[in-house]
Amino acid sequence: MYEFDLTRPTTIADAVAALNEEDAQALGGGQTLIPTMKQRLAMPSKLVSLGAIPEMKGVCMSDAGEVCIGGATPHAVVSAEATAFPGLADLAGQIGDPAVRNRGTIGGSLANNDPSACYPAAALAAGATIVTNSREIAADDFFEGMFETSLEEGEIITEVRFPVPEVSHYEKFLQPASRFALVGVMVAKFADGVRVAVTGASENGVFRWKEAEQALSANFSADAVSDLALSGDEMISDLHGSGEYRAHLVNVMTGRAVKAAS
Amino acid sequence: MPKDNADEKGGIGAATTRREDFRFLTGAGQYTDDITLQGQTHAVFARSDVANGVIKSIDTSTAMGMPGVLAIFTGEDFVDVGGNPAGWLINSRDGEPMKEPKRPVLAHGKVRHVGDAYAAVIAETKQQAQDAVEAIEADIEELPAVIDMASAVAGGGLVHDEIETNVCFDWGWIEDNRAATDAAIKAAPHVTTLELVNNRLVPNAMEPRASIADYNAGTDEYTLYTTSQNPHLTRLLISAFVLGIPENKLRVVAPDVGGGFGSKIYHYGEEALVLAAAKKLKRPVKWTASRSEAFLTDAHGRDHVTKIELACEKDGTFIAFRTETMANVGAYLSNFSTATPTFLHGTLMAGNYTVPNVYVNVKAVFTNTAPVDAYRGAGRPEATYSIERVIDMCARELGIDPIELRRKNFVKPDQYPFASAAGLEYDSGNYDAQMDKLEALIDRDGFAARRAESEKNGKLRGLGVNAYIEACGIAPSNLVGILGSRVGLYDAATVRVNATGNLSVMVGAHSHGQGHETAFPQVVADMLGVDPASIDIVHGDTAKIPFGMGTYGSRSLAVCGSAVVRATEKIIAKAKKIAAHMLEAAEGDIELSDGQFSVAGTDKSVSFGEVALKAYIPHQFPIEDIEPGLEETAFYDPANFTYPSGAYACEVEVDPETGKVTVERFAAADDFGNIINPMIVTGQVHGGLGQGIGQALIEQTAYDESGQLLSASYMDYAMPRADDLPFYQVDHSDGTPCTHNPLGVKGCGEAGAIGSPPTVVNAVVDAIQSGGMDVTHVDMPLTPARVWNAMQG
Amino acid sequence: MAQVSMTVNGKTVSADVEGRTLLSEFLRSDLHLTGTHVGCDTSQCGACVVHVNGDAVKACTMFAAEADGADVGTIEGQANEDGTLNNIQQAFQDHHGLQCGFCTPGMVMSAAALLKDNPKPSEHDVRAYLEGNICRCTGYHNIVKAIMAASGQDVSSIAAE
Repeated sequence: MYEFDLTRPTTIADAVAALNEEDAQALGGGQTLIPTMKQRLAMPSKLVSLGAIPEMKGVCMSDAGEVCIGGATPHAVVSAEATAFPGLADLAGQIGDPAVRNRGTIGGSLANNDPSACYPAAALAAGATIVTNSREIAADDFFEGMFETSLEEGEIITEVRFPVPEVSHYEKFLQPASRFALVGVMVAKFADGVRVAVTGASENGVFRWKEAEQALSANFSADAVSDLALSGDEMISDLHGSGEYRAHLVNVMTGRAVKAAS
Repeated sequence: MPKDNADEKGGIGAATTRREDFRFLTGAGQYTDDITLQGQTHAVFARSDVANGVIKSIDTSTAMGMPGVLAIFTGEDFVDVGGNPAGWLINSRDGEPMKEPKRPVLAHGKVRHVGDAYAAVIAETKQQAQDAVEAIEADIEELPAVIDMASAVAGGGLVHDEIETNVCFDWGWIEDNRAATDAAIKAAPHVTTLELVNNRLVPNAMEPRASIADYNAGTDEYTLYTTSQNPHLTRLLISAFVLGIPENKLRVVAPDVGGGFGSKIYHYGEEALVLAAAKKLKRPVKWTASRSEAFLTDAHGRDHVTKIELACEKDGTFIAFRTETMANVGAYLSNFSTATPTFLHGTLMAGNYTVPNVYVNVKAVFTNTAPVDAYRGAGRPEATYSIERVIDMCARELGIDPIELRRKNFVKPDQYPFASAAGLEYDSGNYDAQMDKLEALIDRDGFAARRAESEKNGKLRGLGVNAYIEACGIAPSNLVGILGSRVGLYDAATVRVNATGNLSVMVGAHSHGQGHETAFPQVVADMLGVDPASIDIVHGDTAKIPFGMGTYGSRSLAVCGSAVVRATEKIIAKAKKIAAHMLEAAEGDIELSDGQFSVAGTDKSVSFGEVALKAYIPHQFPIEDIEPGLEETAFYDPANFTYPSGAYACEVEVDPETGKVTVERFAAADDFGNIINPMIVTGQVHGGLGQGIGQALIEQTAYDESGQLLSASYMDYAMPRADDLPFYQVDHSDGTPCTHNPLGVKGCGEAGAIGSPPTVVNAVVDAIQSGGMDVTHVDMPLTPARVWNAMQG
Repeated sequence: MAQVSMTVNGKTVSADVEGRTLLSEFLRSDLHLTGTHVGCDTSQCGACVVHVNGDAVKACTMFAAEADGADVGTIEGQANEDGTLNNIQQAFQDHHGLQCGFCTPGMVMSAAALLKDNPKPSEHDVRAYLEGNICRCTGYHNIVKAIMAASGQDVSSIAAE
């Protein structure tokens, strides 16, 4: 690892100020960034740890009935405390492994936008609002392709607000080595329709499967999606499965998520 | 041999808990990387990021000027020293010896696989060394990589220009049987043919390799602490072949070693480099591999592409097995890499069967990939997989129950010693009895109901069975010498009785998880009638142990344990002489029982402790007849391999929608002969099963066309985890003792990894076929994607 | 360099560390607590699991500076006060839940964290919890059995020996 300075600000304002420095980078739980730095694939001059900022931690309910999660809240806390949104709590409990869940944070995961990560599917399926130090971004506008988001340089995720669906479920098919999602599908049914978000599958990162959403909004049952077919063309093809296989799995996982959510 | 009260006394047959556990459970184990020497420096290697390339130039001047940098080595510094040799000479069918290109300490002239080290930096800290490695300017011209074995054999690019071929050898076994086998197959009423891949694996001992070298300029002595399964062999290779350091000036210590599975048998260039650097700097030099380095540079395992044919009568009586295999040896020959696909593979190609004709052809192929060598089972899993898959396929073609087809052809208990058609003499076994046990363990009668239950849940259920035999206890010197081994394969032990009556037993085997510190004292305690707690095992240090050939090939107990027995017998013989003197009786009248030497037919006796004391305080001692002291050494070289065997079964569920396979039940009935510590033996089987199931289902080593390793970390190489595996049913009671070693024991370390892959694949094929799909074979690993693809037709 | 102080196995320690110093490096090199092992560089094998403020974390994927002020527990602090094995360690020995011993410290630390939250875990719970701890020796059978036994459950019906 290259040498850098590490600071641990205790307020969002101090963190934002620290990130203004050239080549400064935010450190969430570090569960992806630290392995990347070990490979010397990242060389920040300064790491700004977001782990000591009390106002960025915890789970609460907003007046509008949203589940609000501080950007530096570890997955284990979400899993235990986001009881008002069981589908989300369940998803958080499937990320990584227990020790990773004690360190990894929701803000870090969303900002990284790994195409196989779980949280992007939750944010997109729930239509979450990503709150940063400077603005609020709708999940639909946040994810811009593999490892790309609409975050600006130095902008940090301070909170994520999840509208709570009537029912929801995240169905994850494990990539057997990394334990990320080979395919993960989050289905969330709201009064005004169903949202389906897919992770792990597309070369463009997490996406909404609109065709399934329409079908499920009309008929919320696994049968409604069983005949839908996705193309494998823009799906990830690697050691663990072809694009065609992933496309097939999206269909299967969607059906299972609906069944589990019903 | 196990006694009724074994558990109480902790002797042979007792499931004694392990004494080494205390230090491991409290964080007090001492592995190589845990050692810090005064003044220690750090080595980091510059490794090729291309699979095949010409080293045009290496400019180290900038790097040399960086903070903390003490020395930089390149291949140029080692042109005058020897290469790391292959331990077995294999001759091709035409009598030509195998091709042996030099394997240098650091790449010189060419780099031949991704990860091949071409330079090393020694610096005050690891980070400084790493920084300097990045500053080395290496001009390496990339050449097309030779990756696929078929293309490598066909010609084109060369891994080693000087040998003008990528084929290391083209070996036939037994060449004289070739014509008869061909004729038998041609005339046979039924032939089943199967082409299969035995997938390449990365051993992945949890402790990455590490080495620390120390040099004493005052005495010109070197000490190497290293992650080795056999420190004496490492010393021998460094002394006799690579650096030429005299053996009496080189001490090799393998402290606690965190697993090996074959990958730590071999000498690696990093060990030679730290030794050379320690001498140059006159300071200790340490190197510890990252896991990423381990993936690129540890010797990999398996990687065979095979066509096997089974010829039989219509009633299923076997007539012949004929095999053609291409075996990947990677970019350089590793120490056992030429033995693994040949004598550890071809000689097992008769399996447990009375088949009269066997012929095996193996082409070993150089490619621009990491070296491939013995990995848990080493050749025998490849043999078992080929045989047991083709038998299963044959059973389906003939409509014969797969268990019945095996039973029909098993060697029967009254046929031992049995000369197999592949050239080995099996000493003992009872394969039908194991199969009986297996059918009960797996509850074969309940399978139909369990299958129906799975189907109700939308899953396909399959039952797979397998029988295996292996040759292990790797030795004997005379036999392996004929087969091409350049070393002897015996082992040694010294039993030292201290004056106060406790014992130190120095053994040439090396425990890196096998529990020798517990099991070997059980043997000695049983023979002497003393408390096992009074006996300590010393291993892993060439300065403390007479000699040894280490631990691999399921040999520790069968070979080194036998040396322990022989040395203990010598102790008893001498102690009886001393006791006879003390008791004023004839030596022939002295009996040893429960730690007491007594005169037969009298109540006169002295304890073992009193005899020990007398040996070291020899007052009134017949020094004309008996030397003082009580210490004996024995070397043991067996007459034959040992032949463990077993029958395995498993039940899997296949999710037809995703292709995901779940192992629901697994049963193993093994014959390891006599058992010293059943708890440890069971643990060995469990571990082998975990690795074998991993090979069958998830472990996949893949290089792309340019020679980049795609599965280069735990992000892409799937290691079996707790939730991938079931509880196992294991039974190794009532074994048939080995007939030629004094303990009657057979090796148990590799069995699980040998017997389980075909069991799993057979079960998956059974499950898929139960869903009405015409799938006869799927290549390992049976990942969800592969199984799903197969089911799509 | 920055100064960090923390409590490790009940003792207060402080040292100057670089920003890049990992907690695992700090424990192993600065404190000579070499029971915390490093088996991978991608945060997966779990040989380095320690407790930070009571939670299991991978010490190789956390900077030492981030543990400033924390209460850290390692394998060296797990035995009973009289030096005997605690009940989890003892169960690992009794049920042969270790072979080479390299993954063992992480296994014991993970098991302790599991049993704190889930005092009577099922087989499924144990296997799921160990997702981040890789063992290459045991095939996991005896590890799972040991952890269930440590929780006071009767494991005599679990197969073998």
